[in-house]
Amino acid sequence: MGLNLDYKAELDNIIRDHIDMEGPLLPVLHAVMARFSHIPKDAIPIIARKLNLSSAEVSGVVSFYHDFKKEKVGRHKVQICRSEACQAMGSRELEVHAKKSLKVDFGESTNDDLIFLEPVYCLGNCACSPSVRIDDEIHARVTPSGFDKLISDLRSVNHHKARNS
Amino acid sequence: MRKLFIPNDTSAVAMGSNLVANRFEELIKNKSLDIQIIRNGSRGMFWLEPLVEFESDFKRFGFQSVDLSEVESILEFICDDSFDAALNKHPKFLGETESIEYFKKQQRLSFFRSGLGDPLCIDHYSSLEGFTGLKKALEMQPQQIVDEVKNSGLRGRGGAAFPTGIKWQTVLDTAHSKKYIVCNADEGDSGTFADRLLMESDPYQLIEGMIIAGLAVNANQGYIYLRSEYPFAHATLNTAISRCYAEGILGQNVLGKKICFELEVRLGAGAYICGEETSLLESLEGKRGLVRSKPPLPAIEGLFGCPTVVNNVLTLGAISTILCKGSDYYKNYGTGRSRGTLPVQLSGNIKRGGLIEIPFGISLREIVEDFGGGTFSGNPVKAIQVGGPLGAFVDRDKWDTPMDYEAFSAINSMIGHGGIVVFDDQINMFDQARFAMEFCAIESCGKCTPCRIGSTRGLEVLDKISSKKDVEDNLILLEELCDTMEHSSLCAMGGMTPFPVKSAVELYKEDFT
Repeated sequence: MGLNLDYKAELDNIIRDHIDMEGPLLPVLHAVMARFSHIPKDAIPIIARKLNLSSAEVSGVVSFYHDFKKEKVGRHKVQICRSEACQAMGSRELEVHAKKSLKVDFGESTNDDLIFLEPVYCLGNCACSPSVRIDDEIHARVTPSGFDKLISDLRSVNHHKARNS
Repeated sequence: MRKLFIPNDTSAVAMGSNLVANRFEELIKNKSLDIQIIRNGSRGMFWLEPLVEFESDFKRFGFQSVDLSEVESILEFICDDSFDAALNKHPKFLGETESIEYFKKQQRLSFFRSGLGDPLCIDHYSSLEGFTGLKKALEMQPQQIVDEVKNSGLRGRGGAAFPTGIKWQTVLDTAHSKKYIVCNADEGDSGTFADRLLMESDPYQLIEGMIIAGLAVNANQGYIYLRSEYPFAHATLNTAISRCYAEGILGQNVLGKKICFELEVRLGAGAYICGEETSLLESLEGKRGLVRSKPPLPAIEGLFGCPTVVNNVLTLGAISTILCKGSDYYKNYGTGRSRGTLPVQLSGNIKRGGLIEIPFGISLREIVEDFGGGTFSGNPVKAIQVGGPLGAFVDRDKWDTPMDYEAFSAINSMIGHGGIVVFDDQINMFDQARFAMEFCAIESCGKCTPCRIGSTRGLEVLDKISSKKDVEDNLILLEELCDTMEHSSLCAMGGMTPFPVKSAVELYKEDFT
């Protein structure tokens, strides 16, 4: 996906806000993710030039970290914890259920672009596992039916928002 | 006015504490009751969350696992003047919170403030000995502070257990115009949440420890490298830091002295390997999180090539206790060369999961059976993994081993960051061994071959075993591969992934054949 001029101005602002930091690249990429929900391909040479890096270096960093996505993903990030403490409480079954009910695999978004499903390795809620993170909210002791409830709540909130806007 | 405490940390909120708090607020307002709601941190007894407490005669009484439907009845009980007798009739009433066996049996040094009050209230922190250690440190010479830390016997709590005082001495002795204090808050090990709890329930303790570290080695810039999987801790730390700047605790003049200490939180981006200290430093510098070869040690050439203290959250937190109460006080706890207390994190398939801070030396069995109360499912315990995803499954015969660094290393295990994950008899240990290799393949930084290629080959060999192809030969191959990874990987990721794999094969052979 390309960037139009408006986006470039926003990108410039993001870079300017972080340029005086020590080691600004990760904070810049987090800010770009927060604004554009991915790291647009065209942004890479711009970030590289402003930070006095090569495009290869920036691309290398983007591809190294799970948080940075090269393509646009669904509006809400749904993460299922796959770590041992969650496995001990049934996260493997939860994982299978989630993929089936959302009709996506890990790393994919639903057809309506509402949900992006991915694995996560520990949310620090291990005493009340299995855990699921939806955007910045963490949910404990999530059963398959509990998962369906979380998703239907998410859909209905979005439905209301869409109707009211 | 009566006070009501409703916990506010990741686990309590995940268990519904925000909804409960909203309901209480609504009812208190409607009924014009004279009750103040305080959002405290968690006491770490997560299986009881949301654990709602109220104060009476300077004692705290609790209600466990409070549900929305119970809010009204709890308010009635609290407001009943003859409440003493009435409360015992409430099904969720726990009695005095600090009399709960699970809590009473602990010795809380690092977590003694956790859950008592509003974690972000500086006055609350100060009223409970907060910043006392810092004030003492401000009157001391750097060498005196380092000597205190050395004398305390404190060892790094991230997992490697390196003596903290010695690390600090190296940084102090290395002449450089710029030095850094870096807090490793990339608590990636599954089954660990002590760092998270400390950051969310007592953030000033970490900040205080970092300023003291700065004083000890003449560093005036600190970074907390926090994993992005902890959004709640991120928000808490940012608020705590900005309040410290506003109060003159951080900044150009620490507590009015001509001492500067700047502090900032930096977010990781979902890479497990960045919990390895050199990979963390690369990441902070804005690079791929590739592990560095050592030497040079970070204490000599760390962040941006400058001498750098890299310590775990709990290590830095313990510093404020050591300076406040003295190194001898701290050293008094523990056993052998493992001094102080160990915050154990009990999780997985367990009835009573949570944070248990105890002196070193208690056995694994006591933790799982006495504190944990057995499995959540009620089925027998099949396996216990200690020390995170790179920790071994501990042999049933060894469950009486005392929890200390040396005793655990003698049984080819490690305490690591103190995580204990319990599995019941429904678990298949082949799946767990496969997961260990898969996790390594996903999270390897790729710099060294044994880890990068070995983990993928390990997965392939395990898949052959599961499809019953030359099982005995492939088990031998797996063992050889594990040996190669263990002895020739650059860091603990590749070097220790074989531990869970080998111990699973050795202890649960029936799941592999």
